[in-house]
Amino acid sequence: MTDPIVKISGLNKWYGEFHVLRDIDLAVNKGERIVICGPSGSGKSTLIRCINALEEFQEGEIVVDGIELGPNLKHVDAVRREVGMVFQSFNLFPHLTVLDNCTLAPIWVRNIPKKDAEATAMKFLERVKIPHQANKFPGQMSGGQQQRVAIARALTMNPKVMLFDEPTSALDPEMVKEVLDTMVDLAEEGMTMLVVTHEMGFAKEVANRVVFMDAGQIIEANTPKEFFAAPQHARTKLFLSQILR
Amino acid sequence: MTDIAASSFVRQDLVSERAAPVKTTGFVGFVRTRLLNSPTNILLTILGLLLVWYIVVPSIKFLLVDAVWSGNDRTACLAENAGRPVGACWPFIQAKSTQLFYGFYPEAERWRVNLTFALGAVLLLPLLIPRLPAKSVNAGLFFLAFPAVAFFLLHGGGIAGFGVSWVAGLLQLFADSISGAGEAVVGLSKTSAAGPALWAIGSAIVLVGTLLHWVIFPLTWLRDQMLASGQGPWPDFLITAVIVSVILFVLGGGARVGSRPLITCLATFAGIAAVIKLMGLDRGGLPIVDTRLWGGLLVTLVIAITGIVASLPIGVALALGRRSTIPLIRIFSITYIEFWRGVPLITVLFFATYMLPLFLPGNFTVDGLVRALIGVSLFTGAYQAENLRGGLAAVPRGQGEAASALGLSWWKTTSLIVLPQALRHVIPAIVNSFISLFKDTSLVSIVALFDLLGSLRASFADPVWTTPSTAFTGFAFTGIIYFIFCFGMSRYSLFVEHRLNAHRRN
Repeated sequence: MTDPIVKISGLNKWYGEFHVLRDIDLAVNKGERIVICGPSGSGKSTLIRCINALEEFQEGEIVVDGIELGPNLKHVDAVRREVGMVFQSFNLFPHLTVLDNCTLAPIWVRNIPKKDAEATAMKFLERVKIPHQANKFPGQMSGGQQQRVAIARALTMNPKVMLFDEPTSALDPEMVKEVLDTMVDLAEEGMTMLVVTHEMGFAKEVANRVVFMDAGQIIEANTPKEFFAAPQHARTKLFLSQILR
Repeated sequence: MTDIAASSFVRQDLVSERAAPVKTTGFVGFVRTRLLNSPTNILLTILGLLLVWYIVVPSIKFLLVDAVWSGNDRTACLAENAGRPVGACWPFIQAKSTQLFYGFYPEAERWRVNLTFALGAVLLLPLLIPRLPAKSVNAGLFFLAFPAVAFFLLHGGGIAGFGVSWVAGLLQLFADSISGAGEAVVGLSKTSAAGPALWAIGSAIVLVGTLLHWVIFPLTWLRDQMLASGQGPWPDFLITAVIVSVILFVLGGGARVGSRPLITCLATFAGIAAVIKLMGLDRGGLPIVDTRLWGGLLVTLVIAITGIVASLPIGVALALGRRSTIPLIRIFSITYIEFWRGVPLITVLFFATYMLPLFLPGNFTVDGLVRALIGVSLFTGAYQAENLRGGLAAVPRGQGEAASALGLSWWKTTSLIVLPQALRHVIPAIVNSFISLFKDTSLVSIVALFDLLGSLRASFADPVWTTPSTAFTGFAFTGIIYFIFCFGMSRYSLFVEHRLNAHRRN
């Protein structure tokens, strides 16, 4: 067994006096797909935002692919180069075309020549099935298309881990499927993924493990089969009874 | 007619397209729906027509119909000589045009002003037209090379040294002022109660100054050697070129990144050398024209363009500083912005002109025009900072987060993602400040600089041209000039706004 690609140990975080993350321990193996669910305010987003240091934390340690990220946030840049992130509100750069969105980071962070960066970007745009929209601006596209561009943009940096922060929550119901399909494709290619989502269908279909969080702590983690069929903790049972009708 | 009251309805035939009713489109439609569609609008239309009748018609009558177009002195513009009501006295403008454009700039040297403006226009126009290529070279020439060339063209004079000498001179000034401060403290110690303590502190400061002199001695020695060599600025130029190239080469990553930066650097120095040679800067350059002789539109444009170009970077730095998480930078930015916004521009100009010399070391003088330039730039910079802060606040936090998540550093996030969006949000406000700056340049006439308006008022004093319509003619003429520049900026800003906000059109 190789070392886990993401290893979170003893993670604690406070917003001022408010204890948002409590003693989080989580190890993610290479190629593993983890779905994190839980009620709003339970710290799911905060947890995955800690992994690429968008949030700082006060105690504990996160190791990504052997790079250590402690409370003093050394090696932030190195970690961020290994970790791709997709946001709930897409956060595409509205003043740049789709293609420029996808080539910006390779050019400015990895110093890749523009031509090569564009070729790579087109490859990923084809993979998310929107190569013909490459010269449009994000504002001219539907939410689902924008989110797929955001996924392509993250992939152009060749990340070892992908973080998804509620990628379908801001989408029309009709567009959720196209984004989820893209994510399923990505999973089938063996990408390590941490997904915060309320899409339980996706969790059942794709996840290796489902992690349930409440009040800043991990309450239960199990394979989707066990998790949905036989939840152990009372809080998990309550949560599942609320969302699965 | 379909029965839409029925609870179930299925359309059988689709409705085909028809032309709009005649009375709602075209000119007739416009008059009916926009001008005469309600009692209030009818009233407003009548008021509008009256406004045109009472303002536009008399203006045209004064400026064109009744105007006098030729003549040699005031007699041509007097009603009793012309035998009709007299409007604008254009011969006055013709006679005073050189003063209005150049001030007292010597006649033999006026080609230098014309050349400067021609150069500026040649460099600026392609910069303003998005389709033309080589924007970065063009911008470099306009923002870096042009100001230097313009200085030596307009002001004249040559250079004795180059980079090494300038750095040596600056460092020497710094060391001198430290020593001077130390000596002043030692001097104080003789009269003060805390004499020995002050003496010790003063001596320590003098010691620091002396040490600094020793540290920079190789530089000053090198400068003196080069000055003594009688080769003009050339040895210094060569040494500077070599030092800068080597530093660029090493810091830029050496041979790994290829020879491109090095070639660019050497080409830049070759260009500088060509300019030095061409303008004869190594042999004293053009005759010096003191800025006290400058005037008219020349001064207006020099102040406005310097202010516009300098205030934006100042504003950007301050706006970013005001949002910084480092308390010292934030407090400095806030203090700066609030100070300059709290003081009228006239006060700033007075202070810069009459009080600043009192604070500077004795042998250190700053030209009067430069003082006004600095004052105007710093003043407008504070306003630009606040304009930009609004733009920065309008960029969602997620933008910066997305850029960080992609691994972009703070500087790259700011310059590639945040600032471009912020600037797009506040183009109208920024150009608004530019226009207001352009018109505020007329305030420099109170600190004895003769801008366009100042020159005009000076020309009113000429008895040869005192007629009832001289003042109106003069103000109308300068008003038209101000309007052309301001309206041009306004239209161009609309164009830029439209173009840069292409992404917001769906």
